[in-house]
Amino acid sequence: MERVDFNYRNKIFTVIFAGILLFSTVIFSISVGVYEIPFFEVFNVIRYHLLGGEVPPEIYNAIVWDIRIPRVLAGMLIGMALATSGAAYQGVFRNPLVSPFILGVSSGAAFGAALSIVFPIPYSAQLSAFIFGMVAVFCAYSIAKIRGKTPLVTLLLAGVVLGSFFDALVSIFQYIATEAQLKAIVFWLMGGLYHIDWSHLQILAFSIPLGILLLMAYSWKLNILSLGEEEARSLGINTERLKILLITVATFITSISVSVAGIIGWVGLMIPHAARLIIGPDHRFLIPLSAIMGGIFLILCDTIARTLTTGEIPLGIVTSLLGTPYLIYLLRSRKDQFFGGE
Amino acid sequence: MIEVQNLHFAYSGDNYILEDVSFKVERGELCGVFGPNGAGKSTLFKCIIGFLKPKKGRVYVNGRDITEMPMEEVAKLIAYVPQEHRPPFPYLVKEMVLMGRTPHLGGIFGPKKRDIEKVIEAMEVVGITHLADKPYTELSGGQRQLVLLARALAQETGVMVLDEPTSALDFRNQLRIWETLKKLTKDGMSVVVSVHDPNHMLWFCDRVVVLHRGRIIASGKPSEVITEEILSTLYGNICKVGFRWDKGGATRYYFLGLTTWNSNTIPSSMG
Repeated sequence: MERVDFNYRNKIFTVIFAGILLFSTVIFSISVGVYEIPFFEVFNVIRYHLLGGEVPPEIYNAIVWDIRIPRVLAGMLIGMALATSGAAYQGVFRNPLVSPFILGVSSGAAFGAALSIVFPIPYSAQLSAFIFGMVAVFCAYSIAKIRGKTPLVTLLLAGVVLGSFFDALVSIFQYIATEAQLKAIVFWLMGGLYHIDWSHLQILAFSIPLGILLLMAYSWKLNILSLGEEEARSLGINTERLKILLITVATFITSISVSVAGIIGWVGLMIPHAARLIIGPDHRFLIPLSAIMGGIFLILCDTIARTLTTGEIPLGIVTSLLGTPYLIYLLRSRKDQFFGGE
Repeated sequence: MIEVQNLHFAYSGDNYILEDVSFKVERGELCGVFGPNGAGKSTLFKCIIGFLKPKKGRVYVNGRDITEMPMEEVAKLIAYVPQEHRPPFPYLVKEMVLMGRTPHLGGIFGPKKRDIEKVIEAMEVVGITHLADKPYTELSGGQRQLVLLARALAQETGVMVLDEPTSALDFRNQLRIWETLKKLTKDGMSVVVSVHDPNHMLWFCDRVVVLHRGRIIASGKPSEVITEEILSTLYGNICKVGFRWDKGGATRYYFLGLTTWNSNTIPSSMG
C-alpha cells in the first residue's frame, strides 16, 4: 500500500531558509553603499541604538541609522507588499499573468498620489492612492466581466486601457503643475526609495504586515477560489465576498507602496511566479514565500540602484530592466501556463 | 436522499427554462437525468446545488430545504462534480482532493488530521492513490475526472451531483466512472448524474428522469422509461433499439443510430 504523504516539512524548510536569506540580504545591504563604512562600524551604530553605550561617529550614525536602515527596511516591506498582492491578484483572477501593474492598480494609485501633490487635499496621499487604486481594479474587473466570467484577454486589455487612462491624467497634472510639483511628480513616478525616512517607514510598518497577515489567513480559501467561481461556490465559499475582501486588501498594500515609492513594475508579476515554481501553487506557502522573495528582490534592486553609479538610478528602471527578460523567458518557455487554462 | 418539488426556474419573466420539475432520489439510488442539449439539465443541477435561485418550488436534502440555505451549509449536504477542466495553477492531486474538505474546516486556516484521513480514504475508493503527488494539470481527462470525483467524496455528503462526468472520456474511463458511482451508491450515497448515452442509462442507473424542453416527460425505472418512443420524441427518428436479448431474467436493450446502421452492427451471436 502506497502512503500518501501530507508532510509539509520541505515547504516549511524552504520558507525558513528564504527567511534567513532575507535577513542576510538586509544586513548586507545596510553595510554597503557609495560611502564606505567598515562592517563593524555598521554594527556599532545598530548596537548603539538598540542597547546604548559608546556613541558612534556622527557621520556613520547619520548614514546607517537615518538613511540606509529606513531605506532597506522600506524596500523590504514594499517588495513584500507588491509580491504578495501580485500572488493574491493572480489567484483571484485565476491567471499567472496578472499583476498590480497590469490591472491598472499602480496607475490608478499613481493618479491618486499625483492628485494629492497637485491639489493638496485634506486627506493623505496614501488614502488618495488607495481610493483610485480601488477604482482602477474594480473598473478593469467590471469591464472584463462577461456573463460571470472574466476572460484573460479582456481583463488584460481593460487593465492596459485603464492604466493608460490614468497615466494620461497624471500627464495632465504634470502639464499644469508648478515647477516644484512637477519635480515631485516626475521623481516619484520613476519609482525610488531615495527619499525614505523613518516617518515613511512607520506608515509601511503598520499597514503592510497587517495586509500580508490577512492575505495569509485567507490563503486556503484563495486556493479554492482559484479553481473558479462555480467550483468554489459548490465547496461552500461565498465567492463574491471573498473576492472583494482579497482584492481590497491587495489593493490596499499596493497603493500604500505606490504612494510611498512610486510605480515599481514587475515585482508583483515576476516574484509570485518564481515562488510558485519553487514551492508550488498552494497559497498557504506561496504567499509567505512570495513576500520573502519580494523583499529580497527589491532590496537587491535598490542596492544596485544606489551603488552601481555614483548617482542614483531610479528603482523602477532597475526592476523593469530585470523584469522584462524574465517575462520574455516565461512567454517563450511556458506559454501553456498562461493560456492553457481556459 | 434528495427530493425536488415543483421546481420552476426562469432567468427573467415567464420565460421558464424549467417548469414544474419534481422527482425524488432515495438513499443509495443512482438517478440519471437524460435529455438532449438545451433540455435544461445543467440549469436543473445549478438549482439543485443552489447556484441559481428557483422562481418556485423547493429542493429537500434529507428533509431539509436547501433553497434558502447559505452555501456554506449546502456544501455540507451536496457535493458537485463539474466537468473536468484545467485550472490555471498546477495543484497536486492530493491538494485538489483536500480542497473537498473545505466545507468542514472550522477556522480560516488549513485542514486538520481528520481531514487528511478522509482525503486518503477518498483517493483509495476512487483508485487514484498512485496519482497523489502528480500535478492535476498534467493528468489525462479521465484521470482529472476521477480526481474531481474523489474530491466530491472527501466532501462527505449524502448527495452527489455530476454534470456529464463521462462526456469527455474514452470508453474505459467512462466505465471506470460508472463503476465508482455504483460503488458509492452501494455505500448509501444518492447520486444524480446527467448522461447522453441511453445505453449507459439502461446499464447503470436505478432511476431515470427524462427532461425535454424544461419539463419532465417521463421518469421511473430505466428499462420502462428509455423506449424507442421516448427517444424519438427527444431526438426524432435517429435511433432504434438495435437489439434486445434476455439475460438473467431481465430484458436488455441496445440502442443504435439509424443512419449508421448496417448489417454488421448486430453481432450474429445475439441477433
